Amino acid sequence: MCNNEFQTLKEKSRYIRRLTVDSIGKLGVGHLGGCLSVIEALVVLYYKEMNIDPKNPNMESRDRFVLSKGHAGPALYSVLADKGYFDISELDTLNRPETKLPSHCDMLRTKGVDMTAGSLGQGISCAAGMAKASKIKRDNANIYCIIGDGESQEGQVWEAAMMAAHFKLNNLIVFTDYNKLQIDGTVEEILGLGELDKKWEAFGWNVINIADGHDEAQIYDAIQQAKKSQSKPTMILLNTIKGNGVSFVEAMGAGNHNMPISEEQRIQALKELE
Amino acid sequence: MYENVEMRQVLADTISFLMERDERIIVIDADLAKANGTLALRNKFPERAFDVGIAEQNMASVAAGMAAYGFIPFIGSFTAFATRRICDQIAISLAYAKRNVKIIGSDPGISAELNGGTHMSMEDIGVLRSIPGVVIFEPADAVQLAKALPKIVEYDGVVYIRLYRKPAAVIFNDDYEFDLFKADVIKEGSNISIFATGIMVEEALQADEILKAEGIEAEIINIHTIKPIDKDAVLKSARKTGAVVVCENHNIIGGLKSAVAEVLSEEYPVPIKSIGVKDHFGEVAKMDYLKNKYHMTAEDIAAAAKDAINMKR
Repeated sequence: MCNNEFQTLKEKSRYIRRLTVDSIGKLGVGHLGGCLSVIEALVVLYYKEMNIDPKNPNMESRDRFVLSKGHAGPALYSVLADKGYFDISELDTLNRPETKLPSHCDMLRTKGVDMTAGSLGQGISCAAGMAKASKIKRDNANIYCIIGDGESQEGQVWEAAMMAAHFKLNNLIVFTDYNKLQIDGTVEEILGLGELDKKWEAFGWNVINIADGHDEAQIYDAIQQAKKSQSKPTMILLNTIKGNGVSFVEAMGAGNHNMPISEEQRIQALKELE
Repeated sequence: MYENVEMRQVLADTISFLMERDERIIVIDADLAKANGTLALRNKFPERAFDVGIAEQNMASVAAGMAAYGFIPFIGSFTAFATRRICDQIAISLAYAKRNVKIIGSDPGISAELNGGTHMSMEDIGVLRSIPGVVIFEPADAVQLAKALPKIVEYDGVVYIRLYRKPAAVIFNDDYEFDLFKADVIKEGSNISIFATGIMVEEALQADEILKAEGIEAEIINIHTIKPIDKDAVLKSARKTGAVVVCENHNIIGGLKSAVAEVLSEEYPVPIKSIGVKDHFGEVAKMDYLKNKYHMTAEDIAAAAKDAINMKR
């Protein structure tokens, strides 16, 4: 990726971060921390990598994306609105009665959402099912998915891991948003994941560890590497910061999972992201 | 035509027939394909029939992902593991997301026999009945199963097939016309309505013989689809007879009895007696022994029918 393109993506991430903080801020409460840690991965996927058409959201043989950590829905909605799946003004309806944008992703309500998720551990299995389906259809699609580090405590994640390796689903590329925090504290103190890269390797996956999960260039390079995998699914470990980009959200640590945000804080956050 | 044929064989043969005609159909098992009869499908359809190992939660959500891709997956296990173990996956990946996935649960209730209490699902209907949008179907015999499967594939949504997998008594003949959402009046009568599902239909028909000898005219209705229940059929029969017995191979809490009582209590309350498992776990034994021990025999049904008739006002 050339420098210019890289700069454009960086600016896009900043813009998506602004939209996300703004929509949650106007509501006054939401999953800010976990939304802000996945922005760069979403931006690389939706603006650079995925074969999609916002004018034809159900295009056959398109690439799919499953946000298994479904509570980061608001970050995805910012991307989908900016891509033109729906009007950007819809973002102001987030989590309000009759909205098309519920806190957790819902494929029946939101154009561009490929799979419903929110009960942790299920999305990665759905993504594995899509990857298997793509193999049967021979449509050469890639299936992308983001899981949380806390989510990786769910047994189902590892059921999916075994299955995807067994069926050689090299068209499945999963990211772990490794921000080291969950609701009740740090991942380490709640239920440590140990050597996460070695765990995925032991499950038969191609593993790429990215030092800075907020660096679009590193994410892009990792995806190119993943697409070369001949037989293994790929896990890209994104070392991220929960609440990245907004100082007072970052500073709250584990408290930023689902947090209130005042009007003053919303304005302060937008100023930081100018 | 289906005498002494295992229900699982009918399941596999019918699905095979449907898979030949519809490339969207997928069969996924969790290491019970031998038990459920679906193993041989892998020879014929190596890409579309496969195993995901003993990982039922993953199986359900994988099916949801494949359904999102346009396939129609059948997933299978024993009833206990196809329902209570993966209740949340059925609720969210399948029902909430409205995915077109069919669930095969075999060995319902006491039919798990020597696998005993751990494998006896007395609660699966209750678990699934409280999840919006899940159709619950329990065939009474092989003819009904064979006629139901194409309709189940045609229906766009989650369907649970509660399958007795061994040879079932013959209830219906070949010209039987099946409607997924309509109960079958097997025999009309005026004194008592007996609603039965699955293996209990045979018992209900035997109970009818006992009652007939005593001059009691029973109406025997097979409710093969427990949700959504055929309200019209339940109400019509209850209005005619004024008393009801419900027979099921399930806990009397949460299953067919509850579904019937929900309908009647709202619109036409009449006495209802229950035949089924009285809120306890199962145990190791053959079906005949357990039917006796749990008071699920034709004699028990006949006695319950007389009790219900005596309760009429």
